Amino acid sequence: MKQKVSIIIAVALAMLMSLSLVQAQDNVIKIASQTPLSGPQSVLGVSMRNAVELAIEQLSGPIEELGFKIEFVPYDDEAKPDKGTSNANLIVADESILVVIGHLNSGVALPASEVYNGSNLAMISPANTNPNITDRGYPTVSRVCGRDDLQGPTGAEFANQLGVKSVYVLHDTTAYGEGVARFFRQRAEELGITVLGFEGTEETANFDSLIQPILALNPEMVYFGGIYSQMGIFLSQARAQGFDGLFMGPDGTDSSEFAQLAGEAGVGTYYTSVAGPANIYPNAAQFIEDYKEKFGEPPQPFAAQAYDATAIALLGLQSAIEEAGGKPTREQVAKAIRAVTDYEGLTGTITFDANGDPEIGLYYVLQVVSADPAEWSNNELLATLEIPSPLTAAAAKEE
Amino acid sequence: MSTTATVQDRPVAPKANTLELVQQSWIYRFLLFPIGQMLIFIAGATILLTVIAYAIAIAFPAPNPNIDLVTQINRQLPGMIISGVSIGFVYSMIALGYTLVYGVLQFINFAHSELFMVGSATGFVVMKALEDNGVLKEWNPILMILFMLVCAMTVSGILAMLMERIAYRPLRGAPRLVPLITAIGISFFLIDFVRAGFAITRNEFNLTYPVRSLEMFATPVRVAIGETTVNVRTTSIMIIISAVIMLVILNYIVNGTKLGRGIRAVAQDQTMSGLLGVNVNLMISLTFLIGGAFGGAAGMLFGMNVGTITPYVGFLPGLKAFTAAVLGGIGNITGALLGGLTIGIVEAFLNGVLVYYPALGQRYTDILTFSVLILILIFRPTGILGKRVDEKV
Amino acid sequence: MASTTITNAPNPNRRALLATGFALAYVVVAVLALILVDRNSLWYPLYNVFAYSMYVLSPILIISLPIPNPIKFGGLAILLLIVTPMLGIYNNSYMEIAVQICIFAGLALGLNIVVGFAGLLDLGYVAFFAVGAYLWAVFTSTSETVFKLNGWLVPGEMFWVFLVIGVFIAAFVGILLGLPVLRLRGDYLAIVTLGFGEVIRILARNANDPINITNGAQGLIGIGKPPVPDLLHGITNEAIRIMSLRVDNPGFVAQQLLFYLIAVGLLVLIIVISRRLEDSPIGRAWTAIREDEVAAKAMGVPLVRMKLAAFATGASFGGAIGVLYAAKQAFVDPTSFVLLQSIIILAMVIVGGMGSIRGVILGAIAMTLLNLHVLTNLSLQLNALRNVNFIVPIIDFPIRNWPNQLEPAKYQPLIFGLVLVLMMIFRPEGLMPAERRKLELKAEREESAGLDEQAAPQPKGDA
Repeated sequence: MKQKVSIIIAVALAMLMSLSLVQAQDNVIKIASQTPLSGPQSVLGVSMRNAVELAIEQLSGPIEELGFKIEFVPYDDEAKPDKGTSNANLIVADESILVVIGHLNSGVALPASEVYNGSNLAMISPANTNPNITDRGYPTVSRVCGRDDLQGPTGAEFANQLGVKSVYVLHDTTAYGEGVARFFRQRAEELGITVLGFEGTEETANFDSLIQPILALNPEMVYFGGIYSQMGIFLSQARAQGFDGLFMGPDGTDSSEFAQLAGEAGVGTYYTSVAGPANIYPNAAQFIEDYKEKFGEPPQPFAAQAYDATAIALLGLQSAIEEAGGKPTREQVAKAIRAVTDYEGLTGTITFDANGDPEIGLYYVLQVVSADPAEWSNNELLATLEIPSPLTAAAAKEE
Repeated sequence: MSTTATVQDRPVAPKANTLELVQQSWIYRFLLFPIGQMLIFIAGATILLTVIAYAIAIAFPAPNPNIDLVTQINRQLPGMIISGVSIGFVYSMIALGYTLVYGVLQFINFAHSELFMVGSATGFVVMKALEDNGVLKEWNPILMILFMLVCAMTVSGILAMLMERIAYRPLRGAPRLVPLITAIGISFFLIDFVRAGFAITRNEFNLTYPVRSLEMFATPVRVAIGETTVNVRTTSIMIIISAVIMLVILNYIVNGTKLGRGIRAVAQDQTMSGLLGVNVNLMISLTFLIGGAFGGAAGMLFGMNVGTITPYVGFLPGLKAFTAAVLGGIGNITGALLGGLTIGIVEAFLNGVLVYYPALGQRYTDILTFSVLILILIFRPTGILGKRVDEKV
Repeated sequence: MASTTITNAPNPNRRALLATGFALAYVVVAVLALILVDRNSLWYPLYNVFAYSMYVLSPILIISLPIPNPIKFGGLAILLLIVTPMLGIYNNSYMEIAVQICIFAGLALGLNIVVGFAGLLDLGYVAFFAVGAYLWAVFTSTSETVFKLNGWLVPGEMFWVFLVIGVFIAAFVGILLGLPVLRLRGDYLAIVTLGFGEVIRILARNANDPINITNGAQGLIGIGKPPVPDLLHGITNEAIRIMSLRVDNPGFVAQQLLFYLIAVGLLVLIIVISRRLEDSPIGRAWTAIREDEVAAKAMGVPLVRMKLAAFATGASFGGAIGVLYAAKQAFVDPTSFVLLQSIIILAMVIVGGMGSIRGVILGAIAMTLLNLHVLTNLSLQLNALRNVNFIVPIIDFPIRNWPNQLEPAKYQPLIFGLVLVLMMIFRPEGLMPAERRKLELKAEREESAGLDEQAAPQPKGDA
């Protein structure tokens, strides 16, 4: 019996081997994405993956003309560091992968990018707003999204402009939510706003008891560093219990699902974002249209950034191919990606600084106008701020 | 609830005086006593915690000089109590499932939190279907809640029975850890199964109950206590009322019916009750049915209260309810009720008070809750109401 | 695999010869399968699933076959110290999976001491892992913690010292946990240890304010690595030259190789200690406690000391592995130490066979492979087929029409859950149960089967 099994396995292996010895192609370039595709965070991760696929489908024409085929390989990091690093090694081992788009969680991106950088593989991050991602100064790691230490303060500045005197700051205890909330609090305190509380919670459904002290303290504004799925539920419960102050969030708010979850309670919510509002940027509106048509649902936060990241990757690949006159090395691709200048994307015009941050970050402040998710793209743009990355700012100061 | 699940029926006294007659009457045993017990638990826990909260407020004034902690607690006291009691009842109803199953099989059904999740998902599907057919607003809200409850309880209850039949029954007699791992496997499976189901049919898995479109649930009840007004959500009241009714019914089933006697017999000695003609397998199935139904009902009520649920919603309440069951003394039905209410109210008070101490904050709520559990277990290693079980040698 | 061949052969010498030959053939086939394949081919992911799994299982096979000891251990040493590193240099992902298997096997063996040997259910084992990881992390991270600001950082050379310190600190924490829970039994112990695991994680997350010790949710970056000896650099470069590979960054590969060697070394040490403990008076005392606490006490087993010893030993393994993990990842944050991680480690112990060292290692290999290798590669295979617009023969189904929502990557938890359930139903004693356990189970089953027969013909129940 056991002998038979081993014979069957051997035969199967031999067959597979013979299959795999054929069909080798050297003109294939692969772009990998690594985001959570399973688990609670998969809503965002899948949307990012889809955006990458859409971008490759729409924008890989010029490279195909050069005689290369672009293939897309999505990986699932499950939002876990172990899985992320293990996948990173798998990605590195596949020599036809020249760019990685990822991750969603900074906790996964930081260890995984050590592996990418070890093999000179370029990674463009659409969603990791943690300052540490680029502050390490790796030549391979770039990002197209904003930084927590710029977005949080933007929110605080705007709250100050609104004349808010007291805030209550909440976060979701993730690196993203806690980071942006911390920087918000810091700037708010500098501006003389009273911070009545700074709390983190892992709760995702029942906020009843968390809301009680907020009602008793009665702040003029609540700032929630987190993702729409938690914020929408929190806000609808807080309003139902009689909270009538202002509400603000970071770019994790920027999803039509927020309107769905919060309903009427969400109207009037302020949020900062790095993605251009669809009603002003025709490209962004077109992206939302195309995305909906292909995947049957609206894009989530960070999907636009994933699209931009892929577009930049493709531009970099194209110039690397042209320069190398054939299949480029990973190092050449990483260099070419850094060299992409003034890319006009959905999320603004991007040129990387030496650390891989966009030189000038565009930060928008928007306000939710309707409880109808379909109206999300009509949210009102209240302010646009251009903020240089720390490196660019330091350079400007020296001059 | 008048007696613990593992204790026999009390023998009928040959000569009864009036008090004993009252105690034996149906109304007392199955209505007054259990409700009174719940009221005493709630009042006791609340008064104790209120005193502690004020004591803390006076002993350790908040570091922020502009905030007077006593005034703050005055303001949020009613809100804390209501939120604590309503979530406490949810925990109790889930904890009952853990405890009932533990009572008969001596194992922790780790997948129980998923029965809760399935219940809340079923509630969503039913309510959404009602809305899609345009009858949501026409139905009497009470009738609608009853209908949703019945659906959620049926689905979760049957699922629990299936679970037992397929995954646990073949493992009876295996070492204790084996069914535990099976339960964990089922838990993974169910979460992902529900997620996949909604992802394929609805393309998303954030499930928002269409509660807000109903006038009755959209507007909170305003209660004025002294100078403070509290907005109490109708759904919170609904949880409390439904839970009390269901717990009274459960008490009746367990202590007043033949079925209950069977379950208690199996809990006490499986082999012996089998020999005496109790259908052990049927009793175990029914225990799962009841436990699952309670979990499902809790899930549906919880879902209506919070508004939006996901397939991952079961984990936290499940963990806390498990803590509650152990705190009360696992295997003990009254203990589950007590433990659930205690955890719910303690949590609400911690969340309400910790905010004023920035060095601690609400992020320490879970740690302190667990510390309470560990402290209690150090002094009473089998939970508050658990009996000291002597080892059979 | 070849057990039938072996049992048919009466002569022990012939048996040993056959077994050795078989093991050799197996390893050679597996290695050839791994290196003789074109990585760019269409079916590579699926093929890789089988080939690498086959290779990774070879140490367990060698251990299980009746090969004479000198050959067995010599062969194992060659396999672990020469063949695997070569393969790892050839393909980094093999090295990574091997390291992760060693890490998880080490953790599973640590938990096995507590759960498998002493029978104390611990649902918060990951806490000790976290203690070790954070210990090394806070002392070397470049994040702005109180350690950095006060200049308390230590250089990477201190790794070895910290490996030892990690053992002691984790053992100390294990005793701290053990003390209050000594009186608790079974499920009470489970919930308290579960709570303890969560408390450690939440503390790690919260300890950034008012004093920044762990950098909270942001995690600690730039954690120090032990320096790579020149010898290892030389060996790596030589290996790269022999296999004529094009490697972008040989220094990085050498670093990975170092981690692999440390991980294997630690694992071997843990196995040896576990084995020695199992047959020592302490191990027998643990078994006695597991089987019957009251009887053990009556026989004069010092319950308190033995239980604490179990917690401390189990914890110390976790601590050492934690130090290694932090150095390897170069980044530590609280999300690595969630309850799920404890449960996965427990599942490894039970799937493999509680109390059986070999079984626990097999459990760790199987679960790690399933999660990191098998399911991932299946998803990649589907994706590759979609990219070339593959059409399934016979039923004429274009893979491209396979809906996105049905990608295998999205169903990992579902498959994982199913495997656990099926495994427990059909092989509750684990893949490779301990001898003692096997006998017990058999006895228990006969007993309960007998009872069922008695209970079954009863007429309709009381309800």
